[in-house]
Amino acid sequence: MNISFSKHTLPNGLDVLIHEDHSLPIVAVNLWYHVGSKNEVPGRTGFAHLFEHLMFEGSQHYDRGYFHPLQEAGAALNGSTNADRTNYWEVVPTNALDLALWMESDRMGYLLPALTEAKFSNQRDVVLNERRQNYENRPYGLAGMAIVDALYPPEHPYHWLTIGGADDLRAAHIDEVRAFFQRYYHPANASLALAGDVDPRRGVQLAESYFAEIPGGVRPEPVRVTPPGPPPSDLRLVLEDRVELPRLYLAWHSPPLFAEGDAELDLVAEVLSSGKTSRLYRALVYEQRIATEVAASQNSRELGSFFQIVATAAPGRTLAEVERAVSKELIRLIERGPTTDELDRCLAQAEAHFLFRLQTVGGFGGKSDQLNAYNTFLGDPGYFEQDLKRYRSATPSLLREAAERYLKPSRRVMLSVVPRGRVALALGDSRPVAVS
Amino acid sequence: MTADRSRLPDLGPERPFTFPEIRRATLDNGLRVWTVEHRQVPLIAVLALVPVGSASDPARQPGLAAITGDMLDEGCGDRSALEVHEALGRIGAQLDLDVGHDATVLGLTTLERYLDRGLELLRDMLERPRFEQREFDRVRDLRLNRLLQLKDLPPALADRAFTQLLYRNHPYGHLPIGSEGSLRGMMIRDIMSFHRRAFAPVRTTVIAVGDGSHEALSAAVRRAFQGWTGDGSEPIADPDAFAPPAAPPARLALVHRAGAAQSELRIGQVALARRTPDYHAALVANMVLGGQFVSRINMNLREEKGYTYGARTAFEFRRAPGPFVLHASVQSDATADALREALGEIGAIRGDRPVTREELELGRASLTRGYPRNFETADQIARAAAQLALYELPDDYFTTFVPKVLALTEADVTAVAAKHLDPSRLLSVIVGDREKLSTPLRSLNLGDIADVSGGS
Repeated sequence: MNISFSKHTLPNGLDVLIHEDHSLPIVAVNLWYHVGSKNEVPGRTGFAHLFEHLMFEGSQHYDRGYFHPLQEAGAALNGSTNADRTNYWEVVPTNALDLALWMESDRMGYLLPALTEAKFSNQRDVVLNERRQNYENRPYGLAGMAIVDALYPPEHPYHWLTIGGADDLRAAHIDEVRAFFQRYYHPANASLALAGDVDPRRGVQLAESYFAEIPGGVRPEPVRVTPPGPPPSDLRLVLEDRVELPRLYLAWHSPPLFAEGDAELDLVAEVLSSGKTSRLYRALVYEQRIATEVAASQNSRELGSFFQIVATAAPGRTLAEVERAVSKELIRLIERGPTTDELDRCLAQAEAHFLFRLQTVGGFGGKSDQLNAYNTFLGDPGYFEQDLKRYRSATPSLLREAAERYLKPSRRVMLSVVPRGRVALALGDSRPVAVS
Repeated sequence: MTADRSRLPDLGPERPFTFPEIRRATLDNGLRVWTVEHRQVPLIAVLALVPVGSASDPARQPGLAAITGDMLDEGCGDRSALEVHEALGRIGAQLDLDVGHDATVLGLTTLERYLDRGLELLRDMLERPRFEQREFDRVRDLRLNRLLQLKDLPPALADRAFTQLLYRNHPYGHLPIGSEGSLRGMMIRDIMSFHRRAFAPVRTTVIAVGDGSHEALSAAVRRAFQGWTGDGSEPIADPDAFAPPAAPPARLALVHRAGAAQSELRIGQVALARRTPDYHAALVANMVLGGQFVSRINMNLREEKGYTYGARTAFEFRRAPGPFVLHASVQSDATADALREALGEIGAIRGDRPVTREELELGRASLTRGYPRNFETADQIARAAAQLALYELPDDYFTTFVPKVLALTEADVTAVAAKHLDPSRLLSVIVGDREKLSTPLRSLNLGDIADVSGGS
């Protein structure tokens, strides 16, 4: 499985990646900036994402909103921010590639002259509403905050979620937009991928004609952190929420994205919870029926990942029962590893999912997004085959070793989310946490 | 060299796009086989469409179609529930089941080399589900638990109340998942009977799209499905035959949620069936009103006022007239203002602010220029083809879509909006904090506020 591509770096430092696929008369434009909420500081959390919103509000040479001309040309477009990066994309009909590059380059080069206090305060309100909708008003919506709060010390940039704190968002000031833009939003900190109905030579010419005029800037120093120590042994927390069924979260520190152990833990997560024959689903939901759902995941990130297991108790069942059943399965996996059959099934699924992601040229997770991910995090856009090899070279004993090394019972955060007023449903001796 | 930034670049000439050919065949048992070649990636997407959904639930058994669908992969043919999923996992297949109001769609995407194994599993699910008591008890419990959890999910509460108040006793008057009482009373024999009536080869269309020739795809489907028997002659409720629902009992309804961080809104009315001749004009009207980011309602509520993370509208086209509905989650203290603005926008299009030339062009352009994007993956193509099968649309539907949209005028679009959107008939449902909302909501003069419980 290889995705053909070419890579050029413009004199200002902008990487331009091009993948040709003429199946449909569409082109994906995908632009990554290597900045996310991990570049924020305590007291100013949520800023990278708020900034992403401002990128859609117009720039110097087209100051009437970003969506209008592109939607009129038939484009789909969006952007997203996570801890490590911010991405922006358009999927346009072939004849609107110029337009999309004009628009992307104008906001990369000329955002600030069009920025106003009115736009800033409007988008801050929008983001506060996004926060209410997706976190505050959603069942279990604050659990993620409690987990990262417990896993990482306050100064660690993964201590907060990308959405940020509501008070921090309210305290954000328009002057900070300027400094943030100058530091992070320039060609040397960006990677542009074009995928689809585009001739590579013409693609490079177009990228040059729109982006070459933008000064390069200084590539920001990578964020350096002291790896966080393990959480206190047997850390038990409880959060009351407006929910019907209690839910248990278990989380461990795990190796960073692409580091040794990352792919193995991805596969461990598959063995544990992918499909009805996975170990946790089968034991907790299918056979014992003590949980209504269970999910395990390796949440891979640049500075360090976390592995998480989430299980919701069935009515009348306790989180203590759920915890015992999860731990029993984990111990069994750590002691004996997966079977060859299980690993084969998980590999087939992993390969198929890999292929599913590469069916589209653009959007979140299509070929252009993946080229940029590999380029931004590894400097190698053509990492597809090696990425797959990380999975194919896994063995039952490698999975067992990874589980043993990283998923120690003594090194986990245990969070119980319980219906309001029913703290007794939490794991015993849990300490209340306050997040909002 | 610097770019010319004095104006936006012109669009170049449009590149042609033609929807790939659908080849149609019918097996001796009446099952229809549609194939489309799509050879970019070594994957094949197969959809089995059975045009029976929750609108065919017996009146006292809302949720029967959905749980029947849910049971298909819980053991079938020679395989137990776990063996089915073990087999799916081994071929890296992705299985999706969707039971909507009008149809049950079972989708399976797999690597091309495993097509036969995937089809055999799909066939067994459709034809030979085991419906074992033990599995049924478990699946029903999971659905009951899901219903319990939905009580805390504002969008789900809003959808439920909106659907019930708008459609009442009509077959569209309940969500596919059904209700607690109904699920508790269901027996395995109800499922078996529903399955026998709904799932017959003569009703089913199997659509295979992907990395194979028409001949190879069609032959594979034939091999798997030609032995399926059953005549489908037993009657099943058909939404086409139902009378339209009576008007809702109130124009404004509130589901109380104490201390809610936001109010969840639904505004709408019964509007259009999929086969309406107004279909294309309604799509454009929706683009103007709330169908995309730069539509009137989103620009007003989000970009001007900052009341919400986003507001969208849609005509939900179904076999019988489906709803027009606005979805938004707005900050609590702006609820009445957001509602007033949204109602004002819906009313204005047939009043003092008809569709402008610029809006018409924007709406038409978004729909037509972006059209090819909808047919990029095998699964997208299969789902598009399934619309033709479900709604019995003409074979040339995809090739005539763009010219039909481009032929519309401002007057056409305004007229269709005026015909199907009547502010005096709009129902507004709010999930939010009654204590905070009652006074400001009364200022809207929408009559009595109906209190709706959040239960199922």
